Amino acid sequence: MTGPLIRGYEVVIGLETHAQLSTASKIFSGAATAFGAAPNSQACAVDLALPGTLPVLNRGAVERAIRFALAVGARIAPHSIFARKNYFYPDLPKGYQISQYEIPVVQAGTVEIVVDGHKKTVHLTRAHLEEDAGKSLHEDYHGMTGIDLNRAGTPLLEIVSEPDMRSSAEAVAYARELHKTVVWLGICDGNMQEGSFRCDANVSVRRPGAPFGTRREIKNLNSFKFLQQAIDFEVQWQIDRQEDGLAIEQATVLFNPDTGETRAMRSKEDAQDYRYFPDPDLPPLAIAPQWVERVRGEMPELPGAMASRFERDDGLSAYDASMMTQSLDFARYYEAARDACGQPKLVANWLMGEFSKRLNTEGRDIAAAPVAPPTLAALIARVVDGTVSNNGARQVFDALWSGQGQHVDALIAEKGLKQLSDTGALEKIVDEVIAANARSVDEYRAGKDKAFNALVGQVMKASKGQANPAQASELLKSKLGAA
Amino acid sequence: MPLHQAGVAALGRALATRQVSSTEVVSHLLGRIEAQRALGAFLQIDAARALNTARSIDERRASGQALGPLAGVPIAHKDIFVTQGVPSTAGSKMLAGYQSPFDATVVARLAHAGCVSLGKLNCDEFAMGSSNENSAFGPVRNPWDTARVPGGSSGGSAAAVAARLLPAATGTDTGGSIRQPASFSGITGIKPTYGVCSRWGMVAFASSLDQAGPLARSAEDCALLLSAMSGFDERDATSAERPPQDFHAQMLAARAGASPGTPLAGLHIGLPREFFPAALAADVNGTVRAALAEFEKLGATLIDVSLPRTELSIPVYYIIAPAEASSNLARFDGVRYGHRAAKYSDLLDMYMKSRAEGFGAEVKRRIMIGTYVLSHGYYDAYYLQAQKLRRMIADDFQQCFGQCDLIAGPVAPTVAWKLGAQDDDPVKAYLADIFTLPASLAGLPGMSVPAGFGAGGMPVGLQLIGNYFTEGQLLHAAHAFQQATDFHARTPRGFE
Repeated sequence: MTGPLIRGYEVVIGLETHAQLSTASKIFSGAATAFGAAPNSQACAVDLALPGTLPVLNRGAVERAIRFALAVGARIAPHSIFARKNYFYPDLPKGYQISQYEIPVVQAGTVEIVVDGHKKTVHLTRAHLEEDAGKSLHEDYHGMTGIDLNRAGTPLLEIVSEPDMRSSAEAVAYARELHKTVVWLGICDGNMQEGSFRCDANVSVRRPGAPFGTRREIKNLNSFKFLQQAIDFEVQWQIDRQEDGLAIEQATVLFNPDTGETRAMRSKEDAQDYRYFPDPDLPPLAIAPQWVERVRGEMPELPGAMASRFERDDGLSAYDASMMTQSLDFARYYEAARDACGQPKLVANWLMGEFSKRLNTEGRDIAAAPVAPPTLAALIARVVDGTVSNNGARQVFDALWSGQGQHVDALIAEKGLKQLSDTGALEKIVDEVIAANARSVDEYRAGKDKAFNALVGQVMKASKGQANPAQASELLKSKLGAA
Repeated sequence: MPLHQAGVAALGRALATRQVSSTEVVSHLLGRIEAQRALGAFLQIDAARALNTARSIDERRASGQALGPLAGVPIAHKDIFVTQGVPSTAGSKMLAGYQSPFDATVVARLAHAGCVSLGKLNCDEFAMGSSNENSAFGPVRNPWDTARVPGGSSGGSAAAVAARLLPAATGTDTGGSIRQPASFSGITGIKPTYGVCSRWGMVAFASSLDQAGPLARSAEDCALLLSAMSGFDERDATSAERPPQDFHAQMLAARAGASPGTPLAGLHIGLPREFFPAALAADVNGTVRAALAEFEKLGATLIDVSLPRTELSIPVYYIIAPAEASSNLARFDGVRYGHRAAKYSDLLDMYMKSRAEGFGAEVKRRIMIGTYVLSHGYYDAYYLQAQKLRRMIADDFQQCFGQCDLIAGPVAPTVAWKLGAQDDDPVKAYLADIFTLPASLAGLPGMSVPAGFGAGGMPVGLQLIGNYFTEGQLLHAAHAFQQATDFHARTPRGFE
């Protein structure tokens, strides 16, 4: 499958994503994992690698890996192996990182992405459990390096894709979908600023039909924007090299967000020999089918299944259903509002329209929306029963969002937005308007539709906007027709 | 009988019946330890705390509290166990003065049982060695002949128990480090099945092999200690999940079909022909054979078996153990604790100088071997091959246990050698581990039981190996032998 060509080259991208798992304690110790604590206040004897300490696997981390595997249709290894990756670095207390190497817990699986309306399946190679290292702090220590081991031992799920992506847009779509999945599953908080979700991108270019080119790995991209920029820059750089007849060496590169450029950090020649071997402190991780089934039973409904249900049961279009399942919070909001008013389509319209517009403008998450689902439902109910017009409802929504009030009916009354639904009163106004606008009546009868609109406008004006326009035009039509 | 001649069981009884107080025993032994400093057995003497603990146990007993069989019994720990309040060095300059913020599980459990720790015992650096000459803090001397080594790596433990400085001590065994010094020093030691004792708080040498156990003067004393120090520990993922064991009761339980004269009737003891090679020292061979004849008298049946890969256990062990060690010892980098070079130019220089200064020659040798066998391109040829052979060695044992209940043979090919005798040839020392390595690689329980005396009046140990989790049966057989013999009760001249 060939993707869009750039200067005649095909781009090949594979992603390695580190998702920090949302366990309260670390993967091999009892220390807490909360972000932002004072340096080394969340590092216990195991994290410090004091003599005589041993790792014990946190089952919560395994359950999160199982959840992920179930969500992406992966194979769950009945026996996976923890290995030691040996290298010296001051923020790596044991002198090795415990990771999974030859036999990872999650094997294969797929992620569906949509780019420009085209669906595509990205295959996963694997996902494995491992511990994070600590942090070296090179500033603020007067020429010395500070070591903070709070992060040491934080559980990570490293998700490795096949080199299936053919553009930075696909890479971003994949990363977004993965992000949505892990957050949806409740296995990762998805906070990219805090490093809870970060990507390494393996990028190469080739002439269509040629074998894979040599790849370079861009490390530690912690925003979708950087992911896109870094790949775009890297692709141009690699094509320039090729066009100049220069070889591309396998290398690890860093992206500088300030310059928008990638720069080589180390080449393959500097590659360390990590001397992987099975960790003798940890028996193979055995996952019995019963454990998998228990986790399956505790899984939230997945976005795909939920969207199908919205289409089937709520009558939403495929597009609307996918919008309602853009995140678990969004879906929960939708369901709560729908249940409260029984108007799925209207709820969806509101959420995609006014609601999303404001969330986007203010950069808010739906969980932090100032209008709660029952309130939105109450407003929609008032539109449906004719109490308020769509225009009026938007004004009420404005007031609700900006905190002028919480009660829909009170705001409608306060703002005088209640529509005239008393037929007798409306009839009287309609009769008066017909009597006072003989010319418009004549024009209408002569076939000018515009004149009818003027009459409706007069009714609305005479009712001070409180007439229901649909009701008003119906009444007008019947009276004019009968005359 | 002088107090220092009493073993764990005897002392426990005397303490329980208040014939003697813990304070008296502890004071007496502290005096002996002080007088025998030249043996080099102790690295730390924790006199003040030991006396305090003894006093508090005496008070509890005086107030009528019911205490266990070990309450008030003095012991000491191999310095491979970390202990709060007293330095834990693993016999290495790297950890000189290192203070652990926690106690090893074995240490905590023995303290909970009322054992009074008198201090920390010398050992080969990071438990690597079989003569105790690799300690950064000087060698230990064998009480039977102070020109000779006590064995290793639990040399301080063995020498202290043999010299009657302690009724018992803890040790660890990775490739024979309990059994061989017990054999060289004429005492009794047991390495239980891998997983019986928690490794939490043991400074790791080779994680898949390291196992704690007691060194004492009799199988009975070992049984009492092992019951207290063993058991599942959730902090060690490799510890065996099984209920607490009363090894003393298991040791005493009579065999079906046994009679007072033949307590071992029906017991089949397999003698692997590979454990009796032509090169086996004549004195060792003779002493072991005589001890086996005694087992026959006690009702046991001796049969010939084979462990065909016995010789291969040496290269297999000397690949796997250094591989694990090279990784386990990476944490000693001078960054967070332990020795850091005084002067260095950059990070790499700090690592290199700190480790070059902090580690001794044998530790460096094993780190280099281990690093090499795990390296890219060598892993398959060495480490992976060794793992496959390790599995086959374990399978060989299971073949044998289809025919016999226990396996017996010598612990070591010779009696204890002279200090310095193997300085020039580390490989020669590795080869001397041949009879203890197979059980270590298989994870099986093994014991050393005093069997008599060889050349120069030096002790010779008989090795008994059982199937997984059959410590009770091992101890039962050893106990029967010790009821019929007195080799285990002999005291080196000058230490009576």
